[in-house]
Amino acid sequence: MHEMSLALAVVDQIDGAARFERATAVSSVRLQVGELAGVVPDALAFSFELACAETVLEGAELIIEQVAARARCRPCTRTWETGMPPRLTCPGCGGADTELLSGRELQIVSVSWHDAPRPQPTHQER
Amino acid sequence: MCRVVDLQQAVLAKNDACARLLREDLAARGTAVVNLLSSPGSGKTALLERELTLARRRGIPVAALTADLATENDATRLARSGAPVKQVLTDGLCHLEAGMLGGHLDGWLPQETRLLFIENVGNLVCPASYDLGETLRVVLASVTEGEDKPLKYPTAFGLAHLVVVTKTDIAAAVGFDEAAFRAHVEQINPGVEIVCTSARRGEGDGALLDRALAALDGAPVHVPVMTQQHSHPEPASVLDPNSLVQSQS
Ligand SMILES: Nc1nc2c(ncn2[C@@H]2O[C@H](COP(=O)(O)OP(=O)(O)OP(=O)(O)O)[C@@H](O)[C@H]2O)c(=O)[nH]1
Ligand SMILES: [Mg+2]
Ligand SMILES: [Zn+2]
Ligand SMILES: [Zn+2]
Repeated sequence: MHEMSLALAVVDQIDGAARFERATAVSSVRLQVGELAGVVPDALAFSFELACAETVLEGAELIIEQVAARARCRPCTRTWETGMPPRLTCPGCGGADTELLSGRELQIVSVSWHDAPRPQPTHQER
Repeated sequence: MCRVVDLQQAVLAKNDACARLLREDLAARGTAVVNLLSSPGSGKTALLERELTLARRRGIPVAALTADLATENDATRLARSGAPVKQVLTDGLCHLEAGMLGGHLDGWLPQETRLLFIENVGNLVCPASYDLGETLRVVLASVTEGEDKPLKYPTAFGLAHLVVVTKTDIAAAVGFDEAAFRAHVEQINPGVEIVCTSARRGEGDGALLDRALAALDGAPVHVPVMTQQHSHPEPASVLDPNSLVQSQS
């Protein structure tokens, strides 16, 4: 199970960014996980909770957007949902010149955090 | 105050950056990495023993790094070829990551090495996500594992530059349907080459070595559909009005 390694990578990246921005607590993290990313969302959510312990992310909510895999045939321009297991040859013309449109995402989209109040407002405060 | 920050960072950014660096460093000294993936027991070590021995006989400088959760058995087997071999114990981790390699290669990998074979941990799931700086990713499946293996492990087979069928000497005994296997691979990874081998009988001897040397010399390597996702993905339907996260301008 590599979801623990992935969760640690997510926490590490966000922890770094949060410290840099002097955030005191992270309330939620939004990830995009493609159907073909080779990741089990439930396992990732479980690992994430453990990985957050004793960091600025402790207790943060994980929001996973699952992205369906879609492909497009270059010669005949047909597009289709690849399904799982994926079909990456064209269901129309049978061709093999396929372009993947989505499905491999494994991305931290956004983070919601609390900034420490600062004595002097900066341009980052709204 | 609470705010939402668009990070837009790949979860694997650190590994990918590490792999890119490794690939560049090794390319600069004329070395290419071959990453071997399969389920436990598909025959990675057996095939590698033959290919290393053949390379030595042909005078091609090769080396191998083999990863396991425990034991040095695979390194002992591979070392019989006479090539430099190193065992990596992953300490319970089910896959290798690019960042784990530097420390093993520094001071060990002979300067003249042209091909570095990495036998990944026997596992068709987790290692698939991690680029190790390889020029050639090879996924193996033995004839005993069933023709639908590529459908069950689409990420592994979908990202392969080369697929190797192993243990063909017992194909008839287990009723291996090669045509069905090939069709399943084609569905997941159209256009990828499939070679049949038997480490027992010697079928396909040198196939791996020849493909790896060609890749090292700059011959085009197969580009799997799964590795070439359109650079501007269709915007996924995003905002859930009930979620805590709201985008801010
Ligand atoms: N009949 C036959 N048996 C083979 C062949 N190649 C490997 N085997 C047997 O399959 C078993 C596993 O082979 P290994 O080479 O150790 O497989 P592996 O993929 O390196 O295994 P792990 O490192 O444990 O994941 C051993 O008993 C080998 O003798 C082959 O070509 N033919
Ligand atoms: Mg082995
Ligand atoms: Zn794993
Ligand atoms: Zn088509």
